Amino acid sequence: MTTRARRRKLVSSLFVGFCGASVLLALVPLAFILFFVVTQGVQSLSVDFFTHMPAPVGEAGGGMANAIVGSLILVGLGALFAVPIGILSGIYMSEYAGTRFASIVRFAADTLNGVPSIVVGVFVYGVAVLPFKQFSALAGGLALGIMMIPIIARTTEELLLLVPGTMREVALALGATHARAVFTVVVPAALPGIITGLVLAVARIAGETAPLLFTSLNNRFFTTNLTQPMSSLTVQVYTYASSPYQDWHRQAWAGALVLVFIVLACSLVARVATRKLVTLSSH
Amino acid sequence: MKRPENLAFRLGTGLFGLVLVLLVAAIGLELVRQSWLSIEKFGLSFWRTQVWDPVAGQFGALPFIWGTLYSSILALAIATPIALGIAVFISDLTPSRLKPVLVFLTELLAAIPSIVYGLWGIFVLVPAVRSLESAFPDALKALPFFSGPPFGLGMLSAALILAVMVVPFTSSVAREVLKAVPLAQREGAYALGATRFEAITAALYYARTGIIGAILLGFGRALGETMAVTMVIGNSPKLSLSLFAPQHTMAAVLANEFSEADTPLYLNALIEIGLVLFVITLIVNSLSRLLIWSMARPARQQAAATSVPAAESAI
Repeated sequence: MTTRARRRKLVSSLFVGFCGASVLLALVPLAFILFFVVTQGVQSLSVDFFTHMPAPVGEAGGGMANAIVGSLILVGLGALFAVPIGILSGIYMSEYAGTRFASIVRFAADTLNGVPSIVVGVFVYGVAVLPFKQFSALAGGLALGIMMIPIIARTTEELLLLVPGTMREVALALGATHARAVFTVVVPAALPGIITGLVLAVARIAGETAPLLFTSLNNRFFTTNLTQPMSSLTVQVYTYASSPYQDWHRQAWAGALVLVFIVLACSLVARVATRKLVTLSSH
Repeated sequence: MKRPENLAFRLGTGLFGLVLVLLVAAIGLELVRQSWLSIEKFGLSFWRTQVWDPVAGQFGALPFIWGTLYSSILALAIATPIALGIAVFISDLTPSRLKPVLVFLTELLAAIPSIVYGLWGIFVLVPAVRSLESAFPDALKALPFFSGPPFGLGMLSAALILAVMVVPFTSSVAREVLKAVPLAQREGAYALGATRFEAITAALYYARTGIIGAILLGFGRALGETMAVTMVIGNSPKLSLSLFAPQHTMAAVLANEFSEADTPLYLNALIEIGLVLFVITLIVNSLSRLLIWSMARPARQQAAATSVPAAESAI
């Protein structure tokens, strides 16, 4: 073997080695974060965490019952707002894929997806907090919804495009209107995937803090009143993490563990659902 | 197509598409409207003034713009080689059985909430960075990049945590882009006796527009990242080259001071920072999308019939 060939081989193996090392390098922080969240979180997680209200400063114990319910309500509000808009605009983008307006909508969706979450918060503060001079759960839900729309729209579009065109054509040939063909044939075929997209959108939005900081704010008390400030897991973790109290730090870790668990569970559900879809489409 | 109910369907769904377009426009308009006081008072000098003194009513965004760009560029410098390495490893060097596992793990990195990164940053990363900074040789501390006392909280911690958060975004798009490179190109290279390195760099070069798009997408993410950064950067609005110095970013100042803004001018100045952030991310993201689209579109349409629906492509 000439030296030149040897050198080329060496460069190549170094390159392969670098790529492998990159994967490991990315997995190290992942392992570290999961390790700390689990070990720190498990110590402070108890039944009280889910059933009790936050304890006053200096008192041990207490939980985040209000924040957990608050997060559920806020994410639910967001989904309520985002699902119809997201799915229907996704249908538009896939059914009229070649049109100019569809490209504009697609561009808007990607732009919206790239808007920093804190900026969404500022926007919602301007339209839904300032006019009423009141922080509210509704404003928080609106902010989360705005962040969900583009995710749902783009997943819906991508998945509808995967449905074979012949299915749509058969329905149309049988005399169905376009709407009927889409809603009874095309959408059901892509439904598992669309639901996967929803789950992923919920997972991403459940972990958002920035858009809630000055929309739903925080609340030390339990409330289901949508026109009042509402506590959420993420904002609560932020408040506790930036406090000087040991007890609150422990609570923050427990909250982080719950958040990571929710995200992990959603991702796994999404994975399994996608796998099912794959086996379906290969028949 | 001539049936009226089909037209109704088109208009009906199109209306919801219009909502998205209007939302983007509304965000821009609302930010301008709500920051008008500050735009009128400071004009363009807002962008280049260093002083941020709410008590005196003096507002300049330069320290925040600087902090955002500096932290994001540093993060990009760390994250890009790693992200491309991962993309290549998954697309070209992994047995197909292992692929989904690696994809899942790297994507998990993107799924962890920002606040969890921040929490981990405060209690684990920052102390580690602090001891690293204290152990730094004095000779290097003379350089402007490493000057100042070792706080731990500061630019270095922010850049590191941002890098970790950006990697999955860049690598997943880069992977998509690599998939769009015709296989025949790599096969041809191998047939001519190219090594792996030569064949893959040729593919990367072929895909360069998309790769640049992927990097820019990561940049856009880093620019807007809020919680993790504000928790570790030290939140001090001072221009500095030093990696050890506590600094501030646009997103961080919004998260920190928004609820404290007690005068209309203060609030308007903060919202104008939001506007600046919006405009910068808009430009970066649009550019990145254009580059990725020009690369991945034709190939993806080809592959659509055979490929597996990728849930992760919804980023």
